[in-house]
Formats: sequence, structure tokens, C-alpha cells
Amino acid sequence: MSSSRNPYKDDRGNKDRSITKSGGGELEYPTKGGKARPAPGGPFLAAENMTGGYGAADILHDCTLTVEKGQIAVIVGPNGAGKSTAMKAVFGMLNLRGGHVKLDGEDITALTPQDRVAKGMGFVPQVNNVFPSMSVEENLEMGAFIRKDDFRATMEQVYDLFPILKDKRRQPAGELSGGQRQQVAVGRALMTKPKLLMLDEPTAGVSPIVMDELFDRIIEVARTGISILMVEQNARQALEIADRGYVLVQGANKYTDTGEALLADPEVRRTFLGG
Amino acid sequence: MDFLNAIVALLNFVVIPATSYGAQLALGALGVTLIYGILRFSNFAHGDTMAFGTAMVILVTWAFQSVGIHFGPLPTALLALPFGIAITAALVLATDKAVYRFYRRQKAAPVILVIVSMGVMFIMNGVTRFIIGVGEIRFDDGGRFIVNANEFKKATGLAEGLAFRSTQGLTILTAIIVVAALFWFLNKTRTGKSMRAYSDNEDLALLSGINPERVVAVTWIIAAGLAVIAGTLYGLDKSFKAFNYFQLLLPIFASAIVGGLGSPLGAIAGGFLIAFTEVGFTYAWKKVATYVLPDALAPDGLAQLLSTDYKFAVSFAILVIVLLFKPTGLFKGKAV
Repeated sequence: MSSSRNPYKDDRGNKDRSITKSGGGELEYPTKGGKARPAPGGPFLAAENMTGGYGAADILHDCTLTVEKGQIAVIVGPNGAGKSTAMKAVFGMLNLRGGHVKLDGEDITALTPQDRVAKGMGFVPQVNNVFPSMSVEENLEMGAFIRKDDFRATMEQVYDLFPILKDKRRQPAGELSGGQRQQVAVGRALMTKPKLLMLDEPTAGVSPIVMDELFDRIIEVARTGISILMVEQNARQALEIADRGYVLVQGANKYTDTGEALLADPEVRRTFLGG
Repeated sequence: MDFLNAIVALLNFVVIPATSYGAQLALGALGVTLIYGILRFSNFAHGDTMAFGTAMVILVTWAFQSVGIHFGPLPTALLALPFGIAITAALVLATDKAVYRFYRRQKAAPVILVIVSMGVMFIMNGVTRFIIGVGEIRFDDGGRFIVNANEFKKATGLAEGLAFRSTQGLTILTAIIVVAALFWFLNKTRTGKSMRAYSDNEDLALLSGINPERVVAVTWIIAAGLAVIAGTLYGLDKSFKAFNYFQLLLPIFASAIVGGLGSPLGAIAGGFLIAFTEVGFTYAWKKVATYVLPDALAPDGLAQLLSTDYKFAVSFAILVIVLLFKPTGLFKGKAV
């Protein structure tokens, strides 16, 4: 897609790995980026009226997501509804043409993703969310990279939350199973002591048993006062644990209610939950 | 006695030279593998970075010698080494700012950076020759031998002499220290870990608050340091000639790829593997064979598999074999 627009990205079909290594980053460097402005009042996270997309065409249309402190908000919807895009917009990985993002009484719309991490956002991407050749412990250390204080207590908390990681702490994260890898990814994001944890399809590709366990852990995280914003494919199970559910369709809010109410709504059940 | 003589001859002509050559290759390959692992391209300018760095070390050595500074029994070049590293690191960082950074910002495909590094190679090539000339320069001073061939013969009564030059000993010792320091840095320090994290997953490193420009700068400085150390040791051991360093690029790349690109441990193993095969193939085995084999079997010719002129063919052949049968290299680098 991008290779046609930027000739520097055109590798002309060269796949010779003896001279080049694939898998470079996609994110832009934090060159731009403004400052946060105080904006008291409103919900803990208020991403309101977001409109924007990657290129010329908008993907999000007047999309609003809010999360209260310590609550779990879940974004569900059909494929291509812009669920992940909405999450990326909240995290600043997408240029917004309209709307704003406010966190804990501050307007952070102009901030880069890195600055948002410092403001208390933790983001767990759907794929490539660990450092595969580094040990579990090193993954957690890297999560705490921006912290200047002693982070050992936080690491112990992560180990308490995911006991299996403590057993595997010397093992490279790339050698772990899918579910364990997701635990490392969540643990890494928790190392900054975020106020808001964002999870992009944390249960993608894991077995139902592991999925239930991951959801249990996510509830536990929320109980410690961390707000959670989560995109999920497994809509029914996710809405069961959601304090707030958002059904997105074509980049716009279609239904917004508590998770329970959405599950009970016959319209939602018929169109999105398969009866 | 014959058997002892054979061992001494083998040590003298194969093991010691190959070990010090292997150490030099390993240091060079470490630099290549670091750049590959972290900046994601093969740096063709590495050989000429070595040449430039060594040229700087020679200039500083001459300056020291002219004012009467010496390093006792050790080569004065060792004293000049930190200055050479500093100058080369400055040049490499300036090159990165002026050239590579533009492509990095564009998120250019790595293959484009490979070609860019070739351009840098040609310029560095020219700059080095411009500064120090194209001729052969010997710049080792201080004590010449740790073990002298004649004294060894006298002391042991063997027919074969064993010579262990101080530059060879120095090369091996320095390589061990540098490699240990590099591994410690990469595995134990915060900056080293952030470099490995960046190598693993750039985006996640960025999201974890790791500054990519800082990682890149540190990588260049370390690569420059390794290049200057490897180049100076090679120059002390053999002699300095700008063109030789350009030629050294092939065995260095072969070492890095044989070991597994992106794997520091592989770079070291690859360096020694290439060095030992190269020396083994080009050494005339007649002497050793005559000692060991019964007279009837003693070879008539030199028993040399390849003329030394063809030594680079050995690296090439190993490279091809590895890429055909074990493309990830011996130590499972980042999937070539």
C-alpha cells in the first residue's frame, strides 16, 4: 500500500535476508506532538467525536468512547467496523480531523503515543506485542523503561497476577505459548503503572479456557483501579465482563450501553451476537 | 619427537595465525552483525570504517612517537586506540546524521540502506587513501615476540621453532576483553537491553519509551569502536594497507552470515571458523605431513589445497554452502 506512494519503501522485490533484515517499525518517530492542556471534568477517559483515518478517507465518524475509573469498556462490532482504529485513535497512532481525547482531566489530543504512555496510558497491540528474543523478565523491564524509580514492586505485582510468568521469567518470550505471550504483553504494559490499559483483541488466537482465564485477570486488573478499554472479537464473553459496551458499525457508535443491557437487547443479539 | 615437531609446526603455522586472524574477523563481524540486527541492513562501509579508523590510529601513533611517548613493551598504537575510536565514532555519527537518518525517517526499505552504505563505502575509501595514502605501512613497535622461534628451539631441543608474536597475543587478549565487555553491555545494562529490544520490535520499543535515535547512535559508536579495534589489531598483526581492509569485507560478512546474522555469539564462532578454514586450505601441509606420516606416504608436493592468492574463495565457498544448507547460520540468527 505505502510502497507505491513512497519510493524509498519500495524494495523492488528484494527479499535477500543475507543483506537486509525485515520487520522494521511502522510507527512514525515522535518528531511532532504538542502539549497536554488541563481540561477538568467529564469521564476519566473521554475520547469524544473522533473523526479521522490513515489517509484521505475517514474511517472513524464522530466516534465517542468513554471509560470511568476502574471500569471495563469493551468495543465490539463486525469486521472492518473500525474497532482497532478507534483504539489507535485514542492512543494517538492516528491523525484526528475532529474530536478530542481527554484523560484524567487533561486534554491529550496533541500528544504522541510515547507521551501518552508517560501520561498513564498502557497499550497492548494485537500482534507483535512482546520482545521475542528477550526473557520474560527483560520484557517487563523494558515495559518500565520510562520509569526512573524502583520498579521491582510492580514486577512482583505482575508476577502475582500472572504466576506462570514468574516460573518462566528466564525464558525468551518468543518461546512461550500464545496465552502466556499475551500475559507477558499485558504485564509489560502494566509495568508503567498505567491509569488506563488498552487491549487490542487480547484473546485473539488463544483457546477458550485460556480466554476465560485472561478475562478473569483483566477483571482483577480493573479491581486495582485501572480503567480498561478493550477491543474484542468474542463479543458475548467480553460484554459479560464489561461495565460499558460500545457496538461500532462503520466507524460510528451504533449502540452504547452497559454490557448487561447490550447482551439483553434483542436487536444487538440478533445483529451482532448471532441470536 | 616427530610427533611433537608436527604439533609445534601446526601451532606455529596454523593454530596461532588462524586464532589471531579469527579474533580480528570476529571483532569485525560483531560490528556488522550489530548494525544488521539493530539498523536492519548489511553495512558495506564497515571494512572502510576499519581502514579509516586504523589510519587515524596510525596518525595519532606517529604523533605520539614524534613527541617521544611510548607504551613500554606494548605497541604505541594501543595508546592511540581511544583517540582513533573517538575520531571514527565522530565521523560515523556525522555520516548517520547526514546520510542514513534521512532514509530512516523515510522508513526506507533496508535494501536501499544497503546501497546507501555502498556509497558511503566508496567515499570513506577515498577519504582514507587521501589522508594516509595507498602504500603499505607498518606501525607496530615495542616488544616483537612473546615466544621467539630460536629460543624455543634452544630451550626444547626440537627441530621446529615456535614463534608467538606479541601482536598475536595482544589480538587474542584484546578480542576476549572486548567481547566480554560487549556481552556484558548488551545483556546487563539498561542501554544494552534497550538496543536488543529495538532490534526485536521497533514499534514496541518506541511505545515503551525507548528513544530510537539514541539506540541508533549508541549502535554506531559501538560498531565504530569494534571496527577500529579490529582494524588496528589486523594492521599491527600484518600491516596497514587501505585496500586490504576493503578486501577484508568478504571474510567478515562470511563470518557474520555463517554464525547467523544478528547473533553476536555466531559472529565470533563464524570468525574463527572462517579463519581456520582459510588458513587450513592455504597452508602447505608438507612439513606437518612429513613428520606424522611414514616416509613412504610423505607427500612430494607442498600438499597445499589452494594457493594463498585464492584465500577469498574459501570464504565465498563457505558462504554459499551455509546459505544453501543452513540459511539461518550456525547460531540461528534472524532468519537469513
